[in-house]
Amino acid sequence: MKASLRVLGNFLLLAGCILATLILTGFQEPAVQVDPDSGGPRNLEAQTRAAVVRDYLQAWKSMNGALQENRADLLDASFVGIAKEKLTDTVREQQALGLKTNYRDLSHNLKIVFYSPEGLSVQLLDTVQYEVQVIDHDRVQATQHLSTRYVAVLTPTEVRWKVRVFQAQPESLTGQRSGQ
Amino acid sequence: MKPRAILLLTTLLIAGTASLHAADATGLGVPKSVEAGSAFTITTGAASKAVLYIVSPAQILRRDVEPGASVLIDAGDIHNAGHYLALLVGPSSTEKAEFDVVAAGQTASVSFLAKPSRLPVNLPEGISGVAYVFDAYQNLVLNPAPVSFQLSDAGGATQTRSAATRNGVAWVKMNSAPKAGAAQFQVSAGSVANKRVVQQVPGDPCNLKMTARRSGQRVVLETEPVRDCSGNAVSDGTIVTFTQTYQGRSEATVDVPLKRDVARTELPAREGSVISVATGVVMGNEIRLGDVR
Repeated sequence: MKASLRVLGNFLLLAGCILATLILTGFQEPAVQVDPDSGGPRNLEAQTRAAVVRDYLQAWKSMNGALQENRADLLDASFVGIAKEKLTDTVREQQALGLKTNYRDLSHNLKIVFYSPEGLSVQLLDTVQYEVQVIDHDRVQATQHLSTRYVAVLTPTEVRWKVRVFQAQPESLTGQRSGQ
Repeated sequence: MKPRAILLLTTLLIAGTASLHAADATGLGVPKSVEAGSAFTITTGAASKAVLYIVSPAQILRRDVEPGASVLIDAGDIHNAGHYLALLVGPSSTEKAEFDVVAAGQTASVSFLAKPSRLPVNLPEGISGVAYVFDAYQNLVLNPAPVSFQLSDAGGATQTRSAATRNGVAWVKMNSAPKAGAAQFQVSAGSVANKRVVQQVPGDPCNLKMTARRSGQRVVLETEPVRDCSGNAVSDGTIVTFTQTYQGRSEATVDVPLKRDVARTELPAREGSVISVATGVVMGNEIRLGDVR
């Protein structure tokens, strides 16, 4: 009886370790909620909305990869214009300082607030919960949970929507912030 | 044993999911909000040497901090708007604070999309203009800002619409003018303006009339100047079709492009035949050749 309890204890311990590792390594996909559109002026078809959301979430992955590995080329797939230039600059700054950052998005609450009349730009608001980890010369300095609302403008390219503007909205405009 | 295992598992899970809950930023004084590109000071209560990290996807900084010293962020050092995390990492503790960098108030550039670049005259809400407003550091200005759209046609008439930006964007739809020609479509935000040219072309022909004149064994057919319903001359190259029938059977069909507003052709002058003219969806008059002198 005592032996079987020990086996069970070891099993639970192992399972806990595996679960904790998976959580720590970002196994989880972020929780995504898409609120009904507001704003117009162009009607957004369901298929277009799905593509915009899919490509925006992929952009977070691209951004994290670029900032985690200090590889600006990873931005190419998801960013263009100002957003790409700014993120590329951040990668260069990190390289110069010997820093890396790891942005792990935990949840997104998305709302498409503008689809331009000619269909060439979509703007969305994203209340995102994420963790940022700061690594200085391969040493983890801190991990912090943050909540921010991002404004993103996406434009269509040959095969996907790419993020052209990616900017956090100040607390004064959102009225919310919950860093923990 | 079992409670101990559960306790262990719980501890592991908490350890795995918990973030670093740093001490409140009692010793780390950061303004809640600063304007992009402006200078500001971060005060620290560091008892020993520490490192200050200012982190966001938009920009990242690292500064060594002497005990008790403040950190001056010079003008232009942080110029990208965003939500930043400040971390003061010392040998035994980490302090944190969050702050916003907001776009500078003044508009420095406007990204302007005007569509289409060519459209027919007199089309209600046929032209759309979308303006994104940026500051000097290419930050989207998220505070509402007034934007003015002006469409001036070739005849000098001007339509003006005003709109306030929402999340940095303003848009309008405007009517194309009754008069054909190049229109200037301008957007203004503060002291910044951006211009596009929209070509307004004549619409479809409104009506069609031809005349006929005998010339030996031929009949010369010529339309009157072809115009749209606003009186603009229809574009040269527009096809006009002349059809000759005899006793209900088609004898000849000729497609002629408009040249200097009129279409001209010749057909055999067969007595009793009927010649009709059409362009697009507009039918013109018919002429019976027996009547032509």
